[in-house]
Amino acid sequence: MTLERPSRPWDRTPPKERGYFEVLGDGILCHVLPRDRTTGGGGGGWSPPSGGAWVHVGADGRIRAFTGKAEVGQGTHTALSLVVAEELRVPVARVELTMADTDLSPWDMGTFGSRSMPDAVPPLQAAAAGAREELASLAAARLLVSAGQVRFEDGVALSPEGGHRVTYGELVRGLRKTVVASTPGRTTPAADWKTAGQPAVDPAAADVVTGRRVYASDVRRPGMWYGVVLLPPNHGAELASVDTSALEGEEEVRLLHDGPFVAVAAPTPWDARRALRKVRATWRSTPQPGEPEIEAYLRAHPSHGDHWDVEKLAEGDPARALAEAAVSVRATYRTAYIAHTPLEPRAAVAEWEGDRVTIWLGSQTPFRGRDHVAGGLGIPPERVRVIVPFTGAGFGGKHGGDVALAAARLSKAAGRPVRVAFTREEEFQHGYLRPMSIVDVAAGATKDGLLTAWTFHNVNGGAAGIRSPYSIPNLQADNELSDSPLPQGPYRALAANANNFARESTVDELASLVGQDPVAFREKNLADERLRTVLRTAAERGNWTSWRPSPGRGHGIAVGFEKGGRVATVAEVTLGPDRRPHVDRLLTVFEAGAIVHPDNLQSQVEGATVMALGGALFEEIHFDGGVITNRRLSEYRVPRFSDLPRVEVVLLDRKDLPPGGAGETPMIAVAPAVASAIHEASGVRLRSLPLLRDGKVPAAPRSPAT
Amino acid sequence: MNGAGGAAVATDAVRVVVNGRPRTLERMPERSLLQALRTELDLMGTKYGCGEGQCGACTVLMDGKAVHACQVSVKEVGGHDIVTVEGLARGDELNPAQQAFAELGAFQCGFCTPGMVVGTTALLQRTPSPSEAEVREALEGHLCRCCGYTKVLRAVQRASEISRERARRSA
Repeated sequence: MTLERPSRPWDRTPPKERGYFEVLGDGILCHVLPRDRTTGGGGGGWSPPSGGAWVHVGADGRIRAFTGKAEVGQGTHTALSLVVAEELRVPVARVELTMADTDLSPWDMGTFGSRSMPDAVPPLQAAAAGAREELASLAAARLLVSAGQVRFEDGVALSPEGGHRVTYGELVRGLRKTVVASTPGRTTPAADWKTAGQPAVDPAAADVVTGRRVYASDVRRPGMWYGVVLLPPNHGAELASVDTSALEGEEEVRLLHDGPFVAVAAPTPWDARRALRKVRATWRSTPQPGEPEIEAYLRAHPSHGDHWDVEKLAEGDPARALAEAAVSVRATYRTAYIAHTPLEPRAAVAEWEGDRVTIWLGSQTPFRGRDHVAGGLGIPPERVRVIVPFTGAGFGGKHGGDVALAAARLSKAAGRPVRVAFTREEEFQHGYLRPMSIVDVAAGATKDGLLTAWTFHNVNGGAAGIRSPYSIPNLQADNELSDSPLPQGPYRALAANANNFARESTVDELASLVGQDPVAFREKNLADERLRTVLRTAAERGNWTSWRPSPGRGHGIAVGFEKGGRVATVAEVTLGPDRRPHVDRLLTVFEAGAIVHPDNLQSQVEGATVMALGGALFEEIHFDGGVITNRRLSEYRVPRFSDLPRVEVVLLDRKDLPPGGAGETPMIAVAPAVASAIHEASGVRLRSLPLLRDGKVPAAPRSPAT
Repeated sequence: MNGAGGAAVATDAVRVVVNGRPRTLERMPERSLLQALRTELDLMGTKYGCGEGQCGACTVLMDGKAVHACQVSVKEVGGHDIVTVEGLARGDELNPAQQAFAELGAFQCGFCTPGMVVGTTALLQRTPSPSEAEVREALEGHLCRCCGYTKVLRAVQRASEISRERARRSA
């Protein structure tokens, strides 16, 4: 499956010098060029704001498409193949999509921010449509008709009445022609789709269910050894001294000791671990805040980095509006550090060939990974190839390239391929976490239920979800970042989880204070028409108005918009006799433009809903002295079958809007909907995530409004 | 390095049948079956997810019963019959669990799927028509982080149907 390497990565080579056909064979190639250093902007033709795509129709009949996005379990491999198949009028199984191979793929920032669909669909559509147009003119000459008269069906070009036919492979035989995609206007509108937007079985499903699909941790190379890196016992520790003398004379162990980097490689994983245990290291630690001090610590330690993740919104006079509001609430909301916990821990395999290295890496950021490895080795990025095989999920947690660099260094030292893979405990201790958030909110409304005042400040969590979907004339909403003592980074939906939890809980309280129904209150204040439609649909499908109150039962609703998508979740909860709540039902209504792959979108929304339930109810990282103390799956609880409510998903298909991303937004309304349902069932408003610390709803509010 | 020398088998060698094929595992009685499968036999369908029997990604059949390969040592499997996800299909014909998961797309990243499929196979062998509660209980030890479980519940019911359809056809 892996294609030969070109002499230089295509994204770092001017288009005319790429030698596409030396790698792909005879045929035609249509590319959409990103604005980057190789094209100097635009590159002729249409250029998307980020990313690019190329599509090759081969004389051997193969159709190959290339994108820089990675498949990390979000299902875009099939979804993106569908749009290429649509434009080229072939069944989806005919499309061979290469994703995230830094030698062959267009440069891409990374697979995050729900950007795979919005970034990759337009250029892939344009490149495939451009290839189809080229096929049309080749077919016109062959069939003696005009290009506009050529029909396409199932990989064959036909004359208008179908009497003459020629396959794509025959059309491009002997050709080596590159064309630049013209404007995206020639692509097929979603309303006319016949392949995209239809139910589709993943062509690779048989590989998944037979165990044949190769993930990064499954890559095996001839003569491969296994590497292990010496890692600090706690955060805030630095290597003070290291004694490797116990390894002297060990033939089948390769030790690499370069400053603070100490690692060994050996023929088996257990030999490598045994060897590393013989290394004597001492560490210098600085004191680390524990759980009781963490909130005060984060408030007192603002950070000066990462300022892309800062939002500052101000309108009107919120202080005065708050003082004058008929009803107001003021509270602090908290969300714990949590871990992504992808089922496949980080893994990389590196192999050198001369002065070039290839690394198979489970990653969301292959190009950044390439730069990280090149920088760490002190070699140009042209000599590093990162290939992302199928990755056993990421959820924002696989942005780093440390295992890749470690594998590359050990492989060079050992003179053979080396694999470096984290154990589950290493994944918890040495990965990074979703940041803890502290949100201070004060808000007010008129007695008729119009929002008039809003102040909202997030400490440490991030900017996502600071912007409100409600129209509020007097508002101050912002965030600040902190120097977190625990490593933190992106997580599915980022701070939109914390910020929507705080916002929607606040909105619920205000609705209750003015004696209005939570749906009616929201509808009145929402500025966004798409979100109003999603809310109305959720109320209908969630039987909102026909709900009969009964002791110990509660229902809640919440909405949000994020990353271009709109979501509403309805939760139903029953409180057990011991105050243990059970979430009976979660209904999620989601809209993100035109739907490309309905089955996959359904799975994405179901999956996000259940993942969010874990963060809402019980997921929480515990730590002490820089050590994650619950770093096993027996200690860190994630949702299991027994936690699974009845999950219903309603997808709204907006064929008039471009396909948006779906990975993150369906997360963000779950926690506030569940919290409101628990409030109705128990009378207790919970303001911290996870909502339950010992599985039970406390008798009195744990964090009363201040 | 060869303890026994020549063609002789090391004294701590363990004989086991894997996917119908007799195999000999040498010099690793203390290793887990999972490590042996992945490192010695190159059977990569059985996944490592936690190493403590919590996630189900390494589930295999031992004499027809689902076990966590990370929790069984090589010396414990001597003389036993092991079936991994690679051994479930007959040629190109997927077994009912595999067929159902593929048909319904009951996965996202698919990393948990081999274990889920093996677990489902074991469940259907002892309970051919499980209730939803029985499915939930049987698969409680299988974690999926991506797909949210709902399609898995449907896939197991579909697998049960496929088994019955196949039994009718061959009757």
